[in-house]
Amino acid sequence: MAKQYETVIGLEVHVELATATKIFCGCSTKFGGRPNTHTCPVCTGMPGSLPVLNKKVVEHALKLGLALNCEINQYCQFDRKNYFYPDNPQNYQISQLYLPICHDGYLEISVSGEKKNVRIHEMHMEEDAGKLVHDEWEDCSLVDYNRSGVPLLEIVSEPDMRTADEVIAYLEKLRMLCRYLGVSDCKLQEGSMRADVNLSVREVGSQKLGTRTEMKNLNSFKAITHAIEGERERQIELLTEHREVVQETRRWDDNKESSYGMRSKEDAKDYRYFPDPDLQPVVISDDWLKELRGLQPEFQEEREKRFQKDYGLSEYDAGILTQSRHLADIFEDVAGLSGYPKKTANWLMGEGLRILKEKGMEPEELSFTPEHLSDLILAVEHGEINHGNARLVFEQILEADVDPVAYMEEHGMKVITDDGALLTAVNEVLAENPNVVEEFHSGKEKVFGFLVGQVMKKMKGKADPGKVNEALRGRI
Amino acid sequence: MGRRIDDATMDNVELLAKLTLEPEEREKVRGEMEQILDYVEKLNELDTEEAVPLVHILQEINVFREDVVTNGDGLADAMSNAPRSKDGQYMVPRTF
Repeated sequence: MAKQYETVIGLEVHVELATATKIFCGCSTKFGGRPNTHTCPVCTGMPGSLPVLNKKVVEHALKLGLALNCEINQYCQFDRKNYFYPDNPQNYQISQLYLPICHDGYLEISVSGEKKNVRIHEMHMEEDAGKLVHDEWEDCSLVDYNRSGVPLLEIVSEPDMRTADEVIAYLEKLRMLCRYLGVSDCKLQEGSMRADVNLSVREVGSQKLGTRTEMKNLNSFKAITHAIEGERERQIELLTEHREVVQETRRWDDNKESSYGMRSKEDAKDYRYFPDPDLQPVVISDDWLKELRGLQPEFQEEREKRFQKDYGLSEYDAGILTQSRHLADIFEDVAGLSGYPKKTANWLMGEGLRILKEKGMEPEELSFTPEHLSDLILAVEHGEINHGNARLVFEQILEADVDPVAYMEEHGMKVITDDGALLTAVNEVLAENPNVVEEFHSGKEKVFGFLVGQVMKKMKGKADPGKVNEALRGRI
Repeated sequence: MGRRIDDATMDNVELLAKLTLEPEEREKVRGEMEQILDYVEKLNELDTEEAVPLVHILQEINVFREDVVTNGDGLADAMSNAPRSKDGQYMVPRTF
C-alpha cells in the first residue's frame, strides 16, 4: 500500500503598514509616485544620515501583537541584517532578530466549521527594500527607492498548518484583523501583504519534521494554493523515489504556474546580524500597553454576535456584513439613520455585493454618504419609488454618491402620489379596453395584471403598484 | 597557533564575499584571518559571566518621530549622486 503523507506548512507574512511616512524618515509612503521622488539621504543610504523611528510603527506593531495574543518584549531593539543587492542602498536592512517586539501568540482559524489555533512564533518591525525593474533595452536594472524604508511587520507562524485551505483561512483572518485595526490595507496585488510559504512533507504519524523548502513571490491566494499543491506533489515524488528534498528557496512563476529552485549561489546567506548602533532601544511601559489595549476595536466575532442581537439579523447576514469593518460601519450608519436594519442588510448584501463583484472591487473601496442610502431606503419604504428604479438609484449612489432625492426628482422617478392623476389613468385604461374588462367580469382574473400594466405604462412607471391595484379594484 | 580555518570555510567565505582568490592570495588571506581570530580570542581571557550585554553606549531610549511627512521631492538630490541614471532611476548592472 502506498504511504500516506501529510503536509506541514508555516508562513512568513509581510504586511506594509498604513502610515503616512516611512519607518525611519519623513518621506511619504504613498503608492505609485514617480520613481525616486519619495526619497531622502536616510532611505537612499547616504553616509552620515541617521534614522529616527516613526512612533506609529511601534503602535501598529503593538496593536496587531495584542490582537494575535502575543507576549510583548517590553525592551526591544533593532538589528542590522547585512546583504548586498541594489534594492538595498545601505547594504543592510534594519530589522529585528534578537529582541523582536512580539512573540509566542496564536491566531484562531476556522475551516469548514472546524476551529484551530495557529501559533505565532514571533513578529517584528523592519523596513522594505526598493524596487528593481529590468531594462531590456539597456540590459541593466533600474532602481526606484520610493518603497525603500516603508514600514513592514513580518509575522512568522509555527509550522501548524496542514492544508492550502488552512493557509488561506489564516491569511484571510490575518488580513481581516489588520483591516479592523487599521494597521494595513493588505492588498496582495499591490504587494502590501506578501506571504512566503515554508513547506515540508512527512509520513502520517511521524512526529519528525521533513526537510522544508521556502517559496517566495506568491502574490495571490490562487498562486499560494497552486504553489502549495505543486510543492507537496514534488516533494512526495522525490521521497517515493528515495531521493532527497533539498533545503532551498524556490521562486514561484505565476505565468508558468510552477516553482523553480534558485541557484544555491543566489541563496548563500550569512546575514551577520548585529544590533544597530544608530537606533536607541524601545521600551514599552505598562501604561502604554494599557492605553493601546483600551483602543482595540470590537473585532469580527463580537460584532457578528451584536448584529444578531441588536439588529435581529441572521447569523449568516451578520457574518457576511462583519467580514469587512468598513462594510459593517456603513451598515451601522445606514441602519441607524433609516431605522430599517434588515432592509439595509438586504441592499448591501444583495445589490451591493453583486455590484462590487461585477466591478472587481472590495468592500473597503465603498465610499458614499450613509444618508444617501438611508434616504433611498426610506423612499422605497414610503412607496415614493418603485423597486426597479430604486436599484438604478442604488447603483448611482455606489458609483457617484448621488443624493437619491435630487436624483429621483431630476430623472422623474418619483412615484406620483397625486390620486387625481392615477384615477384619470385608471379611467382611461378601463375605457380603452372594454373587452378585457368584460373578460375579467366573466371570471378571467388573470387579465387584471394586464390592466395594472397598462396603468403603469400611462404613469410612466412612476406609480406605486399597491395604489394602482387598489384604484383598479375600486373602479372595475 | 595551529590552522583553524579549513578549506571548506575558506570556500564559503569566498562565496559570501563574492571573491575568487588565486592560490597564493588565498593562503595570505587565510593567515590574516587567523591572526584576527587570535586577536579576538584574547577577549575570552576575561570573565564576562556577570556582564549584561551592552547594546548602546547612550542611556537614551524611545527616540521617536511623529508620523508626519516632512520631506518633499528628493529626486534631484538622489540623482545628483548616481553615476548612471535613466528616467529618474538609478542604473545598475543587471541583477537577474
